[in-house]
Amino acid sequence: MPEFRNVGEVRGLRSTAYGFMAFLYLPIIILILYSFNSGSLVMVWSGFGLNWYAKAFGNADIQRAALNSLIVATVATALATVIATLAALVMTRGGPFRGRGASLTMISLPLMVPEIVTAVAMLIVFAGTGLSLGLGNVIIAHVTFCIPFAFMPIRARLEGMDTTLEQASADLYGSDWATFRYVTLPILMPGILAGAMLSFVISLDDFIITMMVAGAGSTTLPVYIYSMIRQGVTPEVNAVSSLLLLASVLLVTLYWLVTRNRAAATA
Amino acid sequence: MIASARTPALRRLLGLLPALVVIGLFMLVPVAIMALYSFLEANPFGGVVWRFSPEAYVQFLFERDLADNLVFQSGYLIIILRSLGLAVLATILCLIVGFPIAYFIARQPARLRNIWIYLITIPFWTNQLVRTFAWIIILGRNGTIELPFRWLGLLGADDTLGLMYSDFAIVIGLIYAFIPIMVLPIYASLEKLDFRLVEASADLYSSTFETFRRVIIPLAKPGIVAGSILVFIPCLGAFIQPDLLGGGKKLMLGSLVQFQFATARNWPFGAAVAMILLTFVVLCLLWYAQAARRAGAQSGALAHA
Repeated sequence: MPEFRNVGEVRGLRSTAYGFMAFLYLPIIILILYSFNSGSLVMVWSGFGLNWYAKAFGNADIQRAALNSLIVATVATALATVIATLAALVMTRGGPFRGRGASLTMISLPLMVPEIVTAVAMLIVFAGTGLSLGLGNVIIAHVTFCIPFAFMPIRARLEGMDTTLEQASADLYGSDWATFRYVTLPILMPGILAGAMLSFVISLDDFIITMMVAGAGSTTLPVYIYSMIRQGVTPEVNAVSSLLLLASVLLVTLYWLVTRNRAAATA
Repeated sequence: MIASARTPALRRLLGLLPALVVIGLFMLVPVAIMALYSFLEANPFGGVVWRFSPEAYVQFLFERDLADNLVFQSGYLIIILRSLGLAVLATILCLIVGFPIAYFIARQPARLRNIWIYLITIPFWTNQLVRTFAWIIILGRNGTIELPFRWLGLLGADDTLGLMYSDFAIVIGLIYAFIPIMVLPIYASLEKLDFRLVEASADLYSSTFETFRRVIIPLAKPGIVAGSILVFIPCLGAFIQPDLLGGGKKLMLGSLVQFQFATARNWPFGAAVAMILLTFVVLCLLWYAQAARRAGAQSGALAHA
């Protein structure tokens, strides 16, 4: 609509936006730059080197923490995605029923309660019941707060879906299961994938809750990074941090591509 | 409706049960138990003694002197006020910076809009701990900001600008962590805004400021309210920023909770602090629900974030 172009246009807005982007990205870029510092002091540049990456990769504690992070994120994502898909199907295809609003509030509870509150509440229960399953405790916690993140994109996809195909399948004597398996599920798949990726990123990045509920031996990468920062910063922290950032950026980019295709398909 | 076959009620139950059981058992029940803990006596070795005691709440305002008299002390009250103050400040600054950005993006062509939104979302999904750590490198002693001052000889070898371990550093950290969730809902409501209304306002000889105040702001209000709530809540309960950038000296509610559980081992007091934090959050959400109902806003603005 070119005729409206000049109205509501404010001078300097574009440069403000570019400045904002610099504010968002410069700290991350600086963090990554310093990870290539060959010296042992983060703030003193002593030349380019990959030695801290080599050291990080060779660090057995980091390897273990990274492995724990991957196990937790994978298992928690799988469970949370299945649970969220079932819930989203009921919410969008189950018709009206009593307790629908309450169920929705319940599912979004982990989004509303501050993380630190969730963290200590879980700690109290795990400590009080003596439940100590090692990584299992961490996985239980992660499944809980990943459910709403997996739920949102799946529900959005179901709500945006054309139900005529499902009706056609039912008209053609497809059983409920067959309709779900061969019609609903394939169309829903991008939504499930998006939900799974979101919950994987959330799980991979979680620090506060994990720090509180993880016992010795179930340290994840963010918790390990925190302990490294506390001990004094070396470029090794930057190297590990950069790798973690890279993993998140890749996943979010994938998520973005998946959901964008969805938008293009429905347009 | 495919789910309306033989026993829709049973099916609904089976579908919802896993989600409700997991969140109920590991979120709702734990918070209820935490509320209970806040009324118990502290065990000096961690954990609690199962005896009712309002001590944890009394501790907020009073401490016992040697003669066991209650003496008013303001330390914890100051932490609550600091948390509220810093969270409000961070939220207002996020709004002031975030609104023009959201407006700018909403006026971009559709294809560019998506890219801008993608660029704003990316940092939000990356690790908050790591992003806060980046600010240690920037604000810290010999950090990125101090470097040019040193080169120019404006700062001696032993001097520092003292940017770190301050309220300033905490607020910067909070803004940096949460500004994307301010921009997104405001953008969501501005995107739906019919810019012909803006033109109409201009045609009717209103100034840019008047148009902004009387047309754009009211129409963007659902997004502004949603964004402010979404930023305020995590700011109030923040742990990472006060811990890393405030140096553990400038405590906020979130870091006080963590400190009581991990270091001081006074669980009832920690639980009481968490309950106070939760109360503020619930008040915010109730206020939001009311505001949303009044504005007739759809849940769209919230769902977008």
